[in-house]
Amino acid sequence: MTTSVYDFLYLISIILFIIGLKRLSSPDTARNGNLVAAGGMGLAIIISLVYPLGVEQNNYGWVAGGIVLGSVVGITAAKKVQMTAMPEMVSLFNGLGGACALLVSLVEFYNYPEGVSLLNGQIFTTLFALFIGSISFTGSLVAYGKLQGFLRDSLTVPYPRIVNALLLVAVIGLIIYIMIMPTADFNWALILMAVSLIYGITFVTPIGGGDMPVVISLLNSFTGIGAALAGLIYNNQVMLVGGILVGASGTILTILMCQAMNRSLFNVIIGGFSSSGGPAGEGREQIVKEVSPSDLAIELKYSSKVMVVPGYGMAVAQAQHTVHELESMLEEEGVDFKYAIHPVAGRMPGHMNVLLAEADVPYPKLLELEEANKELTTTDVVLVIGANDVVNPAAKDDPSSPIHGMPILEVEKAKSVIVLKRSMSTGYAGIQNQLFFGEKTRMLFGDAKASINKLKEEVDQA
Amino acid sequence: MDALITFISENLLMIYILVFAIFLGTEVISKVPTVLHTPLMSGANAISGVVIIGAIILIRQADPTNYFILILGFLGIALASINVVGGYAVTDRMLDMFKNKKKKK
Repeated sequence: MTTSVYDFLYLISIILFIIGLKRLSSPDTARNGNLVAAGGMGLAIIISLVYPLGVEQNNYGWVAGGIVLGSVVGITAAKKVQMTAMPEMVSLFNGLGGACALLVSLVEFYNYPEGVSLLNGQIFTTLFALFIGSISFTGSLVAYGKLQGFLRDSLTVPYPRIVNALLLVAVIGLIIYIMIMPTADFNWALILMAVSLIYGITFVTPIGGGDMPVVISLLNSFTGIGAALAGLIYNNQVMLVGGILVGASGTILTILMCQAMNRSLFNVIIGGFSSSGGPAGEGREQIVKEVSPSDLAIELKYSSKVMVVPGYGMAVAQAQHTVHELESMLEEEGVDFKYAIHPVAGRMPGHMNVLLAEADVPYPKLLELEEANKELTTTDVVLVIGANDVVNPAAKDDPSSPIHGMPILEVEKAKSVIVLKRSMSTGYAGIQNQLFFGEKTRMLFGDAKASINKLKEEVDQA
Repeated sequence: MDALITFISENLLMIYILVFAIFLGTEVISKVPTVLHTPLMSGANAISGVVIIGAIILIRQADPTNYFILILGFLGIALASINVVGGYAVTDRMLDMFKNKKKKK
């Protein structure tokens, strides 16, 4: 009788999850959606604390301790993290969720009654959750490390495809072996966990940094599936539905991102980007032209339309506020100032939008790829601030280029192209950009923030 | 084979829910603008922290002297709480920026 009341309340939290997720997918309702989903989570947690289990010892002290500790750490991390480091943070959080799925399934296996056959769906679900949780945990940590910069892209496993295939075979073999064993031997579960943890590492290491957002999204959906499997173990609908919602939406997001880069998911996982060969056109004598901030300032002031292409370089230099200030100054001079946002600019789709929103850049000034390409033909000056691959014409002209086929911002259509960059180093895809040597292109070397500050001064004086 | 059939018949309702949830999740997200990919990923990530319920159930059923389970469960709850609380907080921070601008405009 009472359990049905609790089950009904669980249903309400499922509804809140669905409404929340739905609202998260439109800009006007997104914030509200996030709060609705959080409310659903709060409700679900409260119900799980009082739900009659039949054999409860409760141990509320342990539960409260864990929740308090986790909440304090979570809030502190969320408040302190820089907006530029958002993708890393999401990946790290995701890994922790995966770790929880891993721990739950491990204990569940440990608790399994002695002497009962292991060949059943319950054990399979538990072992599968253990596997998925482990990959999600170590995979997310590797993704975090790569984005944070303390794990180099060059750090790879030898023969990653063979190693990964072998590990996967080992995992399947272990799951089958454990299931046909007469009794549960905890050590075998630990071995399965160890192999799965290693697989998580070798699965993500070969993948290039440019593809990291896709991987994070994929791992996110893995954690969702892990949570759903744990829900199957406990016959808990909230965990099942919540987990599957994340699993399904994560998969869709992953596919959308792959489409934005014109690459297949398979291609991403195999790691085509990072293994790509040397830069095109290397060895040829190429001349780059530089521009001085004062010349550029005058040019900007007297042009009628300026477009900014922001990239990761702007993000790391934290230059979005300075760019916005430059925007206001030039607008006062009657310059039409807009931003061209490539879907995969930065380290995550929508990353640039978030950063520019942080700097109070008005929404209508942000143009999406197609719109921007149309307007670029009538643009006088394009400022490419720390973006590389998203403006690389090789994506259109050079079929041998690893990024061939990826839609790009066609900045060379504009009358003049200025590239703000720290050095001539290549972008994330590791390929040299012919754009930098183009007729209309001039370079402004230096840290993006410092350069734009200088530019502001010059505009002021000009 | 028998094991599989028993599993299916015992969990038929859950399997129904599973299938419907997959369709629902796909439908709910299918047309999201690029602008929102990051916050959406982060928000969905926070929901995946729902696995915390598993850890709570686990601890509530554990023997108060079984420190192995208690400690692993405690860790699970703490890690999942970071995911849940941090995830929602970070998403809110990101979305806050979109909202502010609307007001000014």
